[in-house]
Amino acid sequence: MDPVILSRIQFALTIGFHFLFPPLTIGLAWLLVVIEYIGWRRDQEVWRQAGRLFAKVLALTFAVGVATGIVMEFQFGTNWSRYSKFVGDIFGAPLAAEGVLTFFLESGFLGLYLFGRNRVSKGMHWFSILMVAVGATLSAFWILVANSWQQTPAGFVVQNGRAELASFYDAVFNASMWVRFLHTVTAAIVCGAFFLAGLSAYLLRKNAEDRMARRTLTLAVVVGLIFSILVAFPTGHDHAKQVARTQPEKFAAIEGLYTSQKAAPLVMFAYPLTKPPELKAKFEIKGLLSWMAFGDVNAHIPGIDQFPADEIPPLWLTFVSFHNMVLLGSLFIVIMAWAVIQRIREKIWTSRRFLLVLIWAIPFPLAACQLGWITAEVGRQPWIVYKLMKTADAVSVTVPAGQILFSIILFVVVYSALGSLYIYLLVRKMGHADQERLSSAVGQIA
Amino acid sequence: MDLNITWFLLVFVLLGGYAILDGFDLGVGVLHLFAGDEFERRVHLNAIGPVWDGNEVWLLTGGGALFAAFPVVYATVFSGFYLALMLLLMALICRAVGIEFRGKVESLRWKRFWDMVFGISSLVAALLLGVAFGNILRGIPLDEQQNYAGTFFTLLNPLALLIGILSVALFTLHGALYLVMKSEGDLHERLRKWVPGLWVAVVALYAAATATTFFVSPFLFTGLLNQPLFWVFLLLVTWGMLSIPVASAANRGGLAFIGSSSLIGGIMGLSAVSLFPRLVPALGNLANSLDIRNAASTPRTLKVMLIIALIGMPLVIIYTAYIYRAFKGKVKLGHESY
Repeated sequence: MDPVILSRIQFALTIGFHFLFPPLTIGLAWLLVVIEYIGWRRDQEVWRQAGRLFAKVLALTFAVGVATGIVMEFQFGTNWSRYSKFVGDIFGAPLAAEGVLTFFLESGFLGLYLFGRNRVSKGMHWFSILMVAVGATLSAFWILVANSWQQTPAGFVVQNGRAELASFYDAVFNASMWVRFLHTVTAAIVCGAFFLAGLSAYLLRKNAEDRMARRTLTLAVVVGLIFSILVAFPTGHDHAKQVARTQPEKFAAIEGLYTSQKAAPLVMFAYPLTKPPELKAKFEIKGLLSWMAFGDVNAHIPGIDQFPADEIPPLWLTFVSFHNMVLLGSLFIVIMAWAVIQRIREKIWTSRRFLLVLIWAIPFPLAACQLGWITAEVGRQPWIVYKLMKTADAVSVTVPAGQILFSIILFVVVYSALGSLYIYLLVRKMGHADQERLSSAVGQIA
Repeated sequence: MDLNITWFLLVFVLLGGYAILDGFDLGVGVLHLFAGDEFERRVHLNAIGPVWDGNEVWLLTGGGALFAAFPVVYATVFSGFYLALMLLLMALICRAVGIEFRGKVESLRWKRFWDMVFGISSLVAALLLGVAFGNILRGIPLDEQQNYAGTFFTLLNPLALLIGILSVALFTLHGALYLVMKSEGDLHERLRKWVPGLWVAVVALYAAATATTFFVSPFLFTGLLNQPLFWVFLLLVTWGMLSIPVASAANRGGLAFIGSSSLIGGIMGLSAVSLFPRLVPALGNLANSLDIRNAASTPRTLKVMLIIALIGMPLVIIYTAYIYRAFKGKVKLGHESY
């Protein structure tokens, strides 16, 4: 088999699985910052209980995130050595910065947060979860700097057979960095909010009078509504506008714009066919895409037909993943808005069916993150660094295909086990939550 | 000071920091396989519980620093050591989740299973790290394009395997000394009994590894005696070696642990001094070696990275020290423990 395809499969697999956990970690960590703050400042036991319970969920999530994240730090070297040599002068820096400035921060303070409740002052204990949240968010910042540079490279010159750094500032603050960071971090908070809402709903279905779960559910749905809106507008919208300007091929692919035109339509729904590229059962609004992207209903937008055949991304996958992400994003606003309304009417506690919806909604923001990631990464193809290096030219020369196949099998086996165990332990933890709160309350008194 | 030399030092500081810090928790993992009872196992896990994750970050950051400062080394070595590195990654993954998953279900079989996972993956990680390091000291086959020219089996040579076993013994000793420091009562006495045997093994293996390296990689030893740093690190190694049994016999746990830390730091330092200015010697043809010039990033990148390191690392050291202080003293099992 082709080592390029194999390495791409392995990368997609390992990053996809890893990327389930950091958004949950970031979202949950910020929510815990709020929970612990109230518990500390208002001195309310019910909030402290919430802190203790969800801290354990955070620990479990963080552990799987760290375990799968180690792979990512090394995989550029193992599978993409030509890429690493070509762009190492620029791409290595944000990865190293991520290590020095953020990994130490989040992992060090997570230890203090999880194990230090009775060893440090209450203020210090709160500070430690704050540092976990800050560290996790800054970590997202640096890794997204690296990814954004692949999408919209800047601040470099090609000489001596490689891309060399010309301006660190320009490389970091490249055209897509801020919008990508804001869109991703708001998405992470949506993931965390749905997670907390779903877990609280689970507890409320067991006991509608659960005072702790009532408070955490309220927090989760308010944060969830605000950030579900923010992830679409302005951050998602701005991100799309940036793609339209800096990566027109990707923009045409994700919007299903196969022929260049003025007053380009926004395709709301369609089923894409590949050969030839064509949208079936299409529902579209004339001029809306031109208006949304460029503020002018008559703006001309280049379609797929305008680009060389070997420089366009896979059309089917980018269209489908992008549109499903948008669909899910819209759904999140509806769910959270309904949750807030039901909360205000004090009906949410007993509407068992809606609580069940909240539980089953937990995986969907994660799915939306995956779809967004596929949109961004597959949409960049055939480039590994846009207009600078093709993915096919980036793989390691010395690694035989058989070894990559072997490692893919290892990852599939280990990650399937990890994923199943994570869900099993999470469900178990929540199932034992009542009993545990009782024993931890006893522990606190003793 | 020259940027390339500074980064050579910084990479070894990170790798040395990793060896000292994650070294003891890998060693605790190995000892975990031989733990007497559930109480001892919980002491093991809780002794490293708050810190192992932070310790592992030294490896991640070392990898990132290598990528940023010496991308050719990062690319060549990691792709060349592909299978070995994948196994190391699997071991590190299993280890991380083993620690976290173990205490989550109250079932003896469940716990024993994750004990085995944690112990074996720690052992495998310690072994593979040593084998990888041994191969760097021996030199690896490199072609003129700076690509790896060997196979997986090239890595399984006697010197590398010897250094692999040395690293298992060394980390286990280091882990034992850490646990001695963190435990009390019967367990403390039981753990102390590990120290003399492990110490003898480390001394013997270290002597054998040094002698073998002298014959396999004579280039590491040329001009060494004229390097002032060589004498500094030799002193550290010697002091570490000698202080461990003395401090241990006097039941000075902290001092013995400092001894094994300086032993590991000294060994990493000696390796760095011997390799300098090469990072990866080319086996058979030293002209193809990767060194601090031909494998490095541009001065601009090295400078930017140095600024980031100078801002970040002092902070890291300050709060890491603070966190270790918060958990200093004997392990007390409580409600939040594993």
